[in-house]
Amino acid sequence: MRPVHLPSSLAELWDLMAAHPGAALLAGGSDLLVRLRQGLGDPPALIGLERIVELGRVQAQEPGWLFLGAMATHSLLLEHPLVREHLPILRQALAVLGSPLIRNQGTLGGNLCTASPAGDTLAPLYALEAQVEVRSASASRRLGMGDFILGPGRTALKPGEVLYGVWVPQQPAWSIAHFEKVGRRQALAIAVVSLAALIARDESGLVTRARLAWGSVGPTVLRVPAAEEALLGRPLDDASLQAAAQLARQALSPIDDGRASAAYRRQVAGNLLLRLARRGS
Amino acid sequence: MVKIEFILNGRPKVVDAAPDRRVVDLLRQDLGLTGVKEACGAGECGACTILLDGLPRLSCLLLAAQLQGRQVLTIEGLASAQGPHPVQAAFAQAGAVQCGFCTPGMVLSSVALLERQARPSRQEIRQALAGNLCRCTGYHKIVDAVALAAGPGEDQA
Ligand SMILES: Cc1cc2nc3c(=O)[nH]c(=O)nc-3n(C[C@H](O)[C@H](O)[C@H](O)COP(=O)(O)OP(=O)(O)OC[C@H]3O[C@@H](n4cnc5c(N)ncnc54)[C@H](O)[C@@H]3O)c2cc1C
Ligand code: FES
Ligand code: FES
Repeated sequence: MRPVHLPSSLAELWDLMAAHPGAALLAGGSDLLVRLRQGLGDPPALIGLERIVELGRVQAQEPGWLFLGAMATHSLLLEHPLVREHLPILRQALAVLGSPLIRNQGTLGGNLCTASPAGDTLAPLYALEAQVEVRSASASRRLGMGDFILGPGRTALKPGEVLYGVWVPQQPAWSIAHFEKVGRRQALAIAVVSLAALIARDESGLVTRARLAWGSVGPTVLRVPAAEEALLGRPLDDASLQAAAQLARQALSPIDDGRASAAYRRQVAGNLLLRLARRGS
Repeated sequence: MVKIEFILNGRPKVVDAAPDRRVVDLLRQDLGLTGVKEACGAGECGACTILLDGLPRLSCLLLAAQLQGRQVLTIEGLASAQGPHPVQAAFAQAGAVQCGFCTPGMVLSSVALLERQARPSRQEIRQALAGNLCRCTGYHKIVDAVALAAGPGEDQA
């Protein structure tokens, strides 16, 4: 039997974390409880974050930034008017994250801290150039996504720290915000490859900015600057997208696993870009 | 063991339980509410669906301590003195039940959907039930049942 603590404020959380070193933090439990049941890990106690109201907030409190609390569930974010208005690319990813039941359970913070290269919210947040806020009893720090997520299942969180939330900077006016994941089947599948693409174009249709982030094709989500640059100043047509796709295939480092081969992932990662031609016309 | 107080199917309940006991075990084994089913035990199938403060949740991925102060509805609490809940009646009428193992979860997810959205399209019904797996019916009759419970709507596409 493991004690389960449910602090209702950050102050209580810090006390509990100090009193129970080695305790695991429980968000929605859709990763953690599955892992514990599989016998992976044996924390002496669980500290649930669900009753700390400020961790569940979604708001535009700081000018130029949107704040998404770590404990906001996928369902809450999917239906939130601020997300609907400002972060369509995140919504597209949330809409295909697990099932409605998993979305009622799982949280944004849990998705980030699990740090799976297939975590569906990650590629959009890399493309949006979001930052995460990490807090401890004595300090707060903000990190870029790439500095927070260090590898499969590894984050920059140190003992005594929690993920407080995600800050998304105000975005340029994107003409295309596109997320797509390819799984083993159409619905409810973990990504074999995913792509988040944000593209801005001028009046003549030439690309002025491009951000491209791929999931499931490396140890972490990857932006490919060479592919982004290859689109600049060009129309979104077959030639420019083929060129960018080739650069992406060279830069990504997928693995073979039970879900797909590296070669398949590399091919599809590039192919996903070609879809933008249809989105763009 | 800890004391956990919550509302179960409309009535206050106090239980002594291990705080990390899974809610599916608490409900089925300790409280005898075997309408809550367990199949996968890992979030994949929805057989263990309950309504927690009105929201469909997976009782195989919830711990007893998390129930403190909350409202739990299982299939056993859905019918009233007047008879079965309209969604239950619709499932029976539409022939949406075969072995019945998925039915409690399906019905609870459907009840929550209709509370949020009185006239869902067939596509919206399918999406709302996407986390509740059925190995028998092929889903068509389940969608029929939810549409029937919703009553005639504008969008039956
Ligand atoms: C059936 C099923 C389908 C799934 N499908 C998908 C899918 O399609 N796409 C996808 O991306 N994921 C999927 N997942 C994985 C999972 O649901 C998500 O990653 C979810 O976002 C995890 O969030 P959670 O709140 O449940 O995390 P939890 O399981 O509670 O926590 C996960 C980890 O993060 C830590 N943690 C959580 N919050 C914090 C915090 N604020 N500070 C510090 N540490 C923290 C926990 O200690 C734990 O180690 C699926 C899972 C299941 C069971
Ligand atoms: S038993 Fe809970 S989801 Fe399958
Ligand atoms: S009726 Fe048998 S699983 Fe659905």
